[in-house]
Amino acid sequence: MSANFDSSTHRTLTLTARLLSALHLDGALFAGLLAICATGLGIIYSAAGEDVGMFLRQGGRVVLALAALITFAQVPPRFLRMIAPWLYGLGLLLLLIVMGVGDIGKGAQRWLDLGIIRFQPAEIMKIAMPLFCAWYLHERPLPPSFPTVVVLGLAIAVPTAIIMEQPDLGTAMLVAVSGALVILLAGLQFRYIVGVGALVVGSVPVLWSFFMHDYQRQRVLTFLNPQSDPLGSGYHIIQSQIAIGSGGVFGKGYMNGSQAQLEFLPERSTDFIFAVIGEEWGLIGLTTLLLMYLFVIVRGLYMAATAQDTFGRLVAGSLSATFFVYVFVNTGMVTGLLPVVGVPLPLVSYGGTSMVTLMAGFGILMAVHTRRSLRSREL
Amino acid sequence: MTRTRRIKDHHAEGRVFTRRTVIAGAVVAVCFAILIGRLTYLQVMRHDYFADLSQGNRIRIEPIPPNRGLILDRNGVTLATNQPTYQLELIREQVPDVDTTLQGLVDIGLLHPDDIARLHRVIRARRSFEAIPVRLQLTEEELARFAVRRQDFPGVEIQPRLTRFYPARGSAVHALGYVAAISEEDKAKIEETDYAGTTLIGKLGIEGTYETELHGKSGFQQILVNAQGRRVERLGLTVPELSRKEPTAGNDLLLTLDTRLQKVAETALGTNRGAVVALDPSNGDVLALASTPAFDPNVFTRGLAVGEYNALITDVNRPLLNRALRGTYPPGSTVKPLFALAALEYGVVTPEQTHFCAGRWSSPGYGRVRRDWKPEGHGTVNMRKAIATSCDVYFFDIARLMGIDRMAAFVSKFGLGAPTGIDIDGERSGIVPSTEWKKRAYRQKEQQVWFPGDTISVGIGQGQMLATPLQLASAISTVASRGQRFQPRLVKGIRDAVTGQTRELPPITLSPVLLADPAGWEIAIGGMIDVANAPYGTARGAAAKSPYLIAGKSGTAQVFSVASNERIRKAGELAERLRDHALFVAFAPADAPMPKIVVAIIVENAPGGGSAFAAPIARKLLDAYLLTPEELAAQEAKRAPTPVATPRGD
Repeated sequence: MSANFDSSTHRTLTLTARLLSALHLDGALFAGLLAICATGLGIIYSAAGEDVGMFLRQGGRVVLALAALITFAQVPPRFLRMIAPWLYGLGLLLLLIVMGVGDIGKGAQRWLDLGIIRFQPAEIMKIAMPLFCAWYLHERPLPPSFPTVVVLGLAIAVPTAIIMEQPDLGTAMLVAVSGALVILLAGLQFRYIVGVGALVVGSVPVLWSFFMHDYQRQRVLTFLNPQSDPLGSGYHIIQSQIAIGSGGVFGKGYMNGSQAQLEFLPERSTDFIFAVIGEEWGLIGLTTLLLMYLFVIVRGLYMAATAQDTFGRLVAGSLSATFFVYVFVNTGMVTGLLPVVGVPLPLVSYGGTSMVTLMAGFGILMAVHTRRSLRSREL
Repeated sequence: MTRTRRIKDHHAEGRVFTRRTVIAGAVVAVCFAILIGRLTYLQVMRHDYFADLSQGNRIRIEPIPPNRGLILDRNGVTLATNQPTYQLELIREQVPDVDTTLQGLVDIGLLHPDDIARLHRVIRARRSFEAIPVRLQLTEEELARFAVRRQDFPGVEIQPRLTRFYPARGSAVHALGYVAAISEEDKAKIEETDYAGTTLIGKLGIEGTYETELHGKSGFQQILVNAQGRRVERLGLTVPELSRKEPTAGNDLLLTLDTRLQKVAETALGTNRGAVVALDPSNGDVLALASTPAFDPNVFTRGLAVGEYNALITDVNRPLLNRALRGTYPPGSTVKPLFALAALEYGVVTPEQTHFCAGRWSSPGYGRVRRDWKPEGHGTVNMRKAIATSCDVYFFDIARLMGIDRMAAFVSKFGLGAPTGIDIDGERSGIVPSTEWKKRAYRQKEQQVWFPGDTISVGIGQGQMLATPLQLASAISTVASRGQRFQPRLVKGIRDAVTGQTRELPPITLSPVLLADPAGWEIAIGGMIDVANAPYGTARGAAAKSPYLIAGKSGTAQVFSVASNERIRKAGELAERLRDHALFVAFAPADAPMPKIVVAIIVENAPGGGSAFAAPIARKLLDAYLLTPEELAAQEAKRAPTPVATPRGD
């Protein structure tokens, strides 16, 4: 009986492994991502007030995102490298179009409406930026020379500035970070790092007075003193900390968070969903989720370290590290460590666009990893 | 630095990358450690503090409902206002057991047993922390009764609220409409956050149609509540800052109604079923809009018991029916001036061309012999005299000469057969019969055939022709103003609640009725003047000793059958229900190029039958509107002994 069971389990496992390798998927990473998505769906059902419609819509998005992952995993990295500059150019062009339309419409313009589908060109940039930077560095000797760094700096700055003007501070930051991480991982000398760091610090006053919108300035000020604006963005911070803190070690129980269920907590199914988890599942729930994220990030970095060419390495490293930045900016914001920036909790927050982009990124990561042996034979 | 081309060193690059990756991993680990440290701080070290904030010392966001806009008449008299009252509200999550609580409220006489099932439904449909009104408008005594037992009812609280109050009770209720509890259908139409805390919504009339103007937007305030959910000023160690967003009050509406005239109309109708509409022909202002019997709209704001509501909707006199807009009646002879104008327009007769009326009329192909309302006939009549005497034979003749479709096309220009477009909902269209209409109205081929005899009946406003009192008033207003048309309106201005500025709404002009020969107006109006003033006029008593010139037209609508839903069993009552409806339309001063007022009156199953009953009502309205109080008193003194009504007139 038990031998039978063992053999059938073994068969299933072998089959799964074969299927994964046939689809160019990494089992460990895939399992980690699935676990995060499942946790997200569970908490959305509670945060949305047991709204089955929202739950099903989010479920649909998870399926779509997984489809994107599997699709991108099939694309050979060599092909991605080939189209990287074109993809970057296309993303930049679409951003400019959206900016033009936005000027006419005189409002926050992020969406491009193609009639059938509507999407944010900024999302393309999240993928195109690390691909472009890695493509640019692939053929060049590393660590990058000064002119190379300048060129890439401009390539990062232009789309970032456009997205910031939309205004979408969160996405702008993520796009910039994904490019910057490529350069950092490529071995940018520490003198440059210090120099750029000084430049960033020096540009803060300039950004503050010329580039930031009133609401963004307000958010930073409120971060420094949440009580100054208890009904505005300070309200978010106060309420989310009450939610997390009142959850304690074990939480108030699934669907029993009074902050979330009584709708004290704003944006509880989107940007502030981390607080709902904290309230209902406590420290244990949050730590478990963070460990899942940590697993995905470390696995991603490991896959990057074992990649066999510069392009694959840099792309994989940047995508993993950007995912970390995503997680940290959101959780830092919700716990009051960082100012409120509109960044969702990746793979958990309600909403589809960023989830599809993220999963596509993980698909690229898996494509890089699973084609290693193939590459070495080519070399 | 020498410009040598560096060569890619794959191994060195790999080493650098691995080193950087390890650094990244370390940074990630440190950041996660910081995060978990922060979480430990919030969830373990400061857990009690935050638990206290979220539990024991709760901040609740409470909606502040806006003040509903006032409704004022044209002279600033208040028709609808807001009154402070107390209501009982229940919050489900704070109630230990909903059944026991509701039963307890029944036991102390604050709820009716019939309401329990409905309340259960409502309570289940709302979220557990929402305050649900279970009983509106508590009296002082009920308030005291609940107050002494308050500790028995955790989660049930007395809330002061402003409720709608109509000082004039049932007066003008069919124009004003009323407010009542928000229903599920209403919910689909409103923005729920704007209605947070609001329990009542406009239904019908001005209250219904102008809901968006009157309601305003809810505000919010944070309040401190204890564990029971009761409001407290301060509790525990921390007093968080409480914020407040003021509601936006609804806008006030200035109506075209004249309360004084409205009261005269309602008093004159008395206990009869009927309707009165008074219009200003120069702009379409509705000066009075009465429909009797009426009802007291205040009962809806306190919430009707099931039995009370059923009594209201099954009442055989149908008090909820707005007869002025929704009652459709055969207009009878009141449309004769319009058909006279039509005959002139189509050139089928000249004004002076005379007809001999022997009291009966027949023509080959037009069916049975028709009798005039006056058996001995009116003798030789021209157009003006035909209107004045309401000679049926004359109008049978011109109807035959015109044919139904030309008649229908002409009176449609006066707005008959279509809604007038008055600014409250629910208006009915009435019917202007024509060959086209009959084809649309009937499914079966044999019923769609137009018979010549049908045309003859329509000629005297009978047959299948139907009009609402408002349509009649509007059509006659067009005659009075020699062709000008306005959309009737009840609201003439909106006073903004925030700025206090009144926005006057301009009258809405409709395409005028243009006659080939405008002299036709004077013939029709002349005939109507003679109705009230000539010795042979059908309502000659109506204008007796009037200081201004009255033009009018009487009418009788025959009642053929009694609608089956008006469950009438007693034989005596049946006879009453078969009496004719009395109609009268009038305007004055008739010699002015633009008369000041037009009235249309209908009295269902009028006592004595016929127009004799309706004409004096018209006179009272015209007097009330056109005379100063002194003139009015003098006139009353002079007129009192002589009876006004004529024995019989159509």
